[in-house]
Amino acid sequence: MEMRLSLGPLQYYWPRQTTLDFYAAVAQQPVDIVYLGETVCSRRHELRLDDYLELAARLAAAGKEVVLSTLTLIESESDLKALRRMVDNGRFSVEANEMGAVRLLAGQGIPFVAGPTLNIFNAETLGLLAGMGAGRWVMPPEAGRELLAGMRPALPTGIETEVFAFGRVPLAYSARCFTARRFNLQKDSCEFKCIDFPDGMIVKTREGEDFLSLNGIQTQSAKVYNLLADLPDLAAAGVDVLRISPQSAATAAVLAAFRAAIDGQTAQLDGDYCNGFWHGRPGLELIGKAA
Amino acid sequence: MTAPNPIELVCPAGGLPALKAAVDNGANCVYAGFKDDTNARNFTGLNFDEKSLKDGIRYAHDHGVKVLIALNTYPQSESWARWTAAVDRAADYGVDAIILADPGLMAYAQRAHPNLRLHLSVQGSATNYEAINFYHERFGIQRAVLPRVLSLAQVEQVIANTPVEIEAFGFGGLCVMVEGRCALSAYATGTSPNCNGACSPGKAVRWEQTPQGLETRLNGILIDRYAEGERTGYPTICKGRFEVDDETYYAIEEPASLNTLELLPELVRMGIRAIKIEGRQRSPAYVAQVTRIWREAIDNCLRDAAHFVPKAAWMAELNKVSEGQSYTLGAYNRPWK
Repeated sequence: MEMRLSLGPLQYYWPRQTTLDFYAAVAQQPVDIVYLGETVCSRRHELRLDDYLELAARLAAAGKEVVLSTLTLIESESDLKALRRMVDNGRFSVEANEMGAVRLLAGQGIPFVAGPTLNIFNAETLGLLAGMGAGRWVMPPEAGRELLAGMRPALPTGIETEVFAFGRVPLAYSARCFTARRFNLQKDSCEFKCIDFPDGMIVKTREGEDFLSLNGIQTQSAKVYNLLADLPDLAAAGVDVLRISPQSAATAAVLAAFRAAIDGQTAQLDGDYCNGFWHGRPGLELIGKAA
Repeated sequence: MTAPNPIELVCPAGGLPALKAAVDNGANCVYAGFKDDTNARNFTGLNFDEKSLKDGIRYAHDHGVKVLIALNTYPQSESWARWTAAVDRAADYGVDAIILADPGLMAYAQRAHPNLRLHLSVQGSATNYEAINFYHERFGIQRAVLPRVLSLAQVEQVIANTPVEIEAFGFGGLCVMVEGRCALSAYATGTSPNCNGACSPGKAVRWEQTPQGLETRLNGILIDRYAEGERTGYPTICKGRFEVDDETYYAIEEPASLNTLELLPELVRMGIRAIKIEGRQRSPAYVAQVTRIWREAIDNCLRDAAHFVPKAAWMAELNKVSEGQSYTLGAYNRPWK
């Protein structure tokens, strides 16, 4: 079967209108699956669940498969309340990004997507989650081709495999907000500084090399991960869905390039990319030609 | 008034001498790992082979101390059999519990060794009671180690809503990231805590004296640079100094140890069942000293929580063995966040 394209959850905090405009455009773009929801910080509130549900309905009407993504780090009772509301939305399936969400979804027999932070590294764990209702799983970003090859003989029947294929790689989550820290603010009174950094804040080494990107409580790679040139390899490995992570600029061009490549046309994206994880190397490395 | 719950002191054993130091100084439990990547302290020269572990278990059990074995990395399909063999070995040796992170491995342990007690590792990233109850219902987890990201109020909320015993970190090196949710080392070096049981591995580290100062690099990436006389640290990525907007600072975290001694009465009141001391990579002398102080502190606190005050001498001794020679209450203290 032909690979499909997904747009991962927006990792950043954009102003409300910017976000709405972005998804209005996405409705017209060549993407099959759209993940919606705040996965990074529970304090962000430009859009709330009802807004996401409205967006979801519009994107579904435009022919997209829509999945709601849960927060990755659920700490408080109010985080759990928000999670329960999302799980009980009654219409859209949910990407579970931590095991509390899995408990709620499996408990109610709601099919779900096993998200990239569930740490699924072997077929036994994936089999368990499939038995609880996971119809698709997203490989942890740090995993690559070899991991998938090892799991392939024992993959649960019908499960779809999704791989993070483009964007700054989400590498780590913390209780602390590093964007607030940059401004000597505490997380609880962060003044929502992250809204001023639509692609995160670049962290350079002391010799000026771009290294990481700070996005609130999340730390990302500074380099953009790009598996466009690895598409034939991904297809051969049995990958079903390629995830594109929204960035403030050129997401449409990225989607178009991946769509063209899936359709067998030549496609190219220019930039300083990395793809090491897929090749079993340090993530920041670029193996072969990035395209 | 009811008596407070008994609270176990869980101490690190990177080798037999450290295990004995923990036992001799008042640990209730020691935790240890095998000499490979089945545990999250897969460092050269550390951990137990068959003989040393059998000796260690005998020594601990003779002194009424439990032995917990950490098998808390994530097995991959091609190495799966090595992890299940490690579970079998731990069960055969008669350990008191194994500490796991991978659900597949939990299911295996439950199936193959139904009487073996299972603990959820901090690497399982369970930060709320729904997640902890998931592991309890599905795999019979009896204790969970909380990631070092929750505030005291959040810890209390967890305890109130789960039948699972809760273990919290009390002292030692501090991961600022949620354990099990950090691929910084994988990104820079290809070696990760999740898959390889190591972060910022020694083989990727380089120290270099330069005209600008002493530089520490990880796989070639400059993690920090020290001026003459500055206290140096191991180049763990999250503890390096970097530039953001031309300002150079500890962009993620200052090197400091977690020390929750002053929170002990609160933790006891909430019903924390175990306090974990970090540091399987540290020396037997560290283990002896930290164990002794925490034993005394816990005993004092259980005797009279209302009047418990950490002794200045304890804090001074603990600070001496702290990373960066300073300490933090971490996420337990809300402003840290």
